[in-house]
Amino acid sequence: MPLESQRLAPEEYKRNFADLHPPFELLDTAFIEANRCLYCYDAPCTKSCPTSIDVPQFIKQISTGNIKGSAETIFSANIMGGGCAKVCPVEKLCEGACVYNLLHEEPIAIAKLQRFSTEQAIKEKWKIFERKPSNGKRVAIVGAGPAGLACAHALSLEGVDVTIFEKEAKGGGLMTYGVAAYKVTPEFCEDEVDWILSVGGITIQYNTEIGTTKTLQDLQRDYDAVFVGIGVGVARHLGIPGEELDGVVDAIKFIYDIRTKDYSEIPVGDRVAVIGMGMTAIDAATQSKRLGAKEVVMVYRRDEHEKSCTDAELEIAKLDGCSFVWLAAPKEILGEHGKATALVCNIVRLSDEADASGKRAILPTGETMTIEADMIIRAAGQIPFEEFVQGAHIQNNGGRISTSGLQTTNLKGVFAGGDCVNGGKEVVDAVQHGKDAAKGILEYLSSNK
Amino acid sequence: MANLHSTLLGISSPNPFWLASAPPTDKKINVLRAFEAGWGGVVWKTLGDQVKNVSSRYAAINYGNQRVMGLNNIELISDRPLDINLKEIREVMKEFPDRAMVVSLMANTNRESWHDLVKRVQDNGCHGLELNFGCPHGMTERGMGAAVGQDPAIAKMVVEWVMEVAEVPVLTKLTPNVHSVVPIAKATLEAGTNGFALINTIQSLMGVDLDTFLPYPDVGGHTAFGGYCGPAVKPIALKMLTSLGMDKATANTPISGIGGVTTWRDAVEFMLLGAGNVQVCTAVMKYGFRIINDLCSGMSNWMDEKGFTSTSEFVGLSIPKVTDWEELDLNFHIVANINQDKCIHCGLCYIACEDASHQAISLEKGNPYNTYSIKEEECVGCNLCKLVCPVSECITMLEQRKGAEHLNWKEFQRLGLPLNEH
Ligand SMILES: Cc1cc2nc3c(=O)[nH]c(=O)nc-3n(C[C@H](O)[C@H](O)[C@H](O)COP(=O)(O)OP(=O)(O)OC[C@H]3O[C@@H](n4cnc5c(N)ncnc54)[C@H](O)[C@@H]3O)c2cc1C
Ligand SMILES: Cc1cc2nc3c(=O)[nH]c(=O)nc-3n(C[C@H](O)[C@H](O)[C@H](O)COP(=O)(O)O)c2cc1C
Ligand code: SF4
Ligand code: SF4
Ligand code: SF4
Repeated sequence: MPLESQRLAPEEYKRNFADLHPPFELLDTAFIEANRCLYCYDAPCTKSCPTSIDVPQFIKQISTGNIKGSAETIFSANIMGGGCAKVCPVEKLCEGACVYNLLHEEPIAIAKLQRFSTEQAIKEKWKIFERKPSNGKRVAIVGAGPAGLACAHALSLEGVDVTIFEKEAKGGGLMTYGVAAYKVTPEFCEDEVDWILSVGGITIQYNTEIGTTKTLQDLQRDYDAVFVGIGVGVARHLGIPGEELDGVVDAIKFIYDIRTKDYSEIPVGDRVAVIGMGMTAIDAATQSKRLGAKEVVMVYRRDEHEKSCTDAELEIAKLDGCSFVWLAAPKEILGEHGKATALVCNIVRLSDEADASGKRAILPTGETMTIEADMIIRAAGQIPFEEFVQGAHIQNNGGRISTSGLQTTNLKGVFAGGDCVNGGKEVVDAVQHGKDAAKGILEYLSSNK
Repeated sequence: MANLHSTLLGISSPNPFWLASAPPTDKKINVLRAFEAGWGGVVWKTLGDQVKNVSSRYAAINYGNQRVMGLNNIELISDRPLDINLKEIREVMKEFPDRAMVVSLMANTNRESWHDLVKRVQDNGCHGLELNFGCPHGMTERGMGAAVGQDPAIAKMVVEWVMEVAEVPVLTKLTPNVHSVVPIAKATLEAGTNGFALINTIQSLMGVDLDTFLPYPDVGGHTAFGGYCGPAVKPIALKMLTSLGMDKATANTPISGIGGVTTWRDAVEFMLLGAGNVQVCTAVMKYGFRIINDLCSGMSNWMDEKGFTSTSEFVGLSIPKVTDWEELDLNFHIVANINQDKCIHCGLCYIACEDASHQAISLEKGNPYNTYSIKEEECVGCNLCKLVCPVSECITMLEQRKGAEHLNWKEFQRLGLPLNEH
């Protein structure tokens, strides 16, 4: 039997994919929380935001009723401050550093407050930014993800005319095609992209993949500078027997479908095994469950302390009823009639000593275990677009683009940032790379007059 | 449990908490519920010539989500018929004979009117009278309220009229809308008042609606200055109260303390600074009569802890601690100390000290938490950092005297001691 779709009634899908963190409904409630903020000096929350949003200031502005000023404070540091308010793993960023944690009190709901201001700005299309008159400089950007969009916005403000080439039909990158559907809706992603573009001076050529008909060299020739923000590609292969069986799917592809199709069209297994314990793995597991899978098991070859997702994310998976198998390294996928039926894992243990990279070595115990599953989702990291990078002769490390100060690459006038450089972090990190690159590009443009 | 029984001007009440003359005391059903809740006494809403009130009467300060930090009103005296008020007073006194019933009065400024009103009210029955010389709005324009209380000569004259016929104790309620309450207090004391009540409300304008440009409260397109009360006015009330306790002429006259009393702590502070009892208005207008429970229980527990058995034992104990600036000891020196184990690295002490002039706190950058410490040699001991620190007992002020002897400013000058070098 192929994997089944249409497992749930429409209202069940709706409930399962409703907003994970509902917003403040009233100014009153936002005001109460805003007034709890201490307005710290050289605030730890700001220092823990990769884009350095002036958190105490924007919160203070909410408390004075200056919501527009608050939105401006946020967006000037992070043009995707609206989306970040919904998708950032705040417990390891701003909120994790809030001084209230040191009093063993709930940290300030920074993201929720950030959402309060930014959502209004985006919805009501407040005019916050004015771009300088066009200065005749033209920059090409590859990829309309967070890195590319942030770079484009910062450049456009300074009067640069920006053209973005995007292989998909919509902007936003993994914000639109990757992040869990219960965090951001497709409509929000579109509104956010429109909001960024509303400053003017930015055109996006959709459905245009660079590296096929048009190459990076073409862009280098036709534009004053180029920014590469292509992100990373499909999920890493496991390199174990049985990976070709039906029912073995790529997490990124699976999630892409969730984000682009009707939930009822997405097939999902009865018993799903997800391999990996990063954010992508969690999203694949929770969304499988929310699509109607009966059982979801997450399989990881390390223990809970070494997981790469946050505690809060793990908690979501737990609440969704996923179960966990720690210290199990996938060995083989078994199947019948070309369809996956089970995942066999080596039971492993971790060495007492950490190696040079700070991780403990994985040691076999000689024992194995078999997990019955009709769907196996690969979510153990993503592969960089090595072909593109090699083909364009950009210096790289296994496909990850190498950069130095202000996101410069080895190629003159070519800058890069986001997942394609850091190997896959968060939206907020990609935005900061985009901002830094814009700075680098502006310096480059003015020194090459 | 300490006994909270209290006597002021011979008027007895089971506890020192009275309701101030205001809406909560303006009719029988209110006062009955107040007494059922446990209030010790009331000062009945001011009686006089019946008035007409406007609609839209209050405005308040919402400070950082603390609503009604300060309350303002443009209400007048009782707008109910005098007869009904008198009848209800009789009925309440009958039901609660152990509670204090003081009636607030405001007559037209002539002898006959005051004589009439005093007689009618005391013949009807009450334990005492309170003269409303304080209402800062409406009544003033008619030559009453604060218009009387701001002029020692007029105030004295009115009290004389009252004392000619009064057979029950008389409290004169002072207005805070003067530079000092002492001259009026002295004048009314000479005229024979038995005690004081203070403060009434402070003249105020609460703010402006930024959309309509209309100041609050909006009475159909206009407003008028109103009287300010509630927690925000407490320090002003305490100062005025204490100034009576510090003046020889008024020091021994009983006082009912009013102005921002919200908790038992406030009440204890008023009493330590010389109030024989306290009156409460805004706190009840915000939370209702039920707050009497904690007022009593908090004060009683505090008294037990301090070994007081009667409320009269601590009245005025803090007055001797207030002196003229000139007498303060310039050799007394304190420096701030940060308990690093308690510090949550908010940096508020740092920026306060830095920008409020002393630059006595050092900042050592950390990620994400900076470390802050005091530069003792720069610290003037102003207390600001301790005041802004969100963690109690995190910053303490340590005594580091500059010299053993008490050194006041006069001595300092006489000895020709040096002023600051930078
Ligand atoms: C499943 C999943 C869940 C995630 N959840 C979160 C989360 O909750 N919170 C969070 O902060 N982050 C999350 N992330 C990470 C986050 O989405 C990324 O870090 C971020 O989107 C990176 O931005 P980017 O601009 O570098 O790359 P991307 O978002 O990947 O954007 C790259 C863009 O370039 C386009 N492109 C690629 N190649 C070409 C080409 N050759 N020509 C033209 N266009 C091209 C792509 O179509 C894409 O639009 C998640 C990631 C995944 C996979
Ligand atoms: C709405 C309102 C009406 C008041 N009416 C009177 C009054 O009729 N007579 C009077 O002496 N004081 C009146 N006051 C003043 C209060 O009795 C009291 O002195 C003042 O509010 C300060 O106390 P508080 O801070 O506890 O409110 C009134 C106060 C308010 C808020
Ligand atoms: S650390 Fe917390 S309290 Fe301090 S400014 Fe940031 S959000 Fe506010
Ligand atoms: S007491 Fe005053 S001078 Fe001393 S450290 Fe604190 S704020 Fe600065
Ligand atoms: S104000 Fe208090 S908690 Fe904040 S940094 Fe200073 S000492 Fe630490």
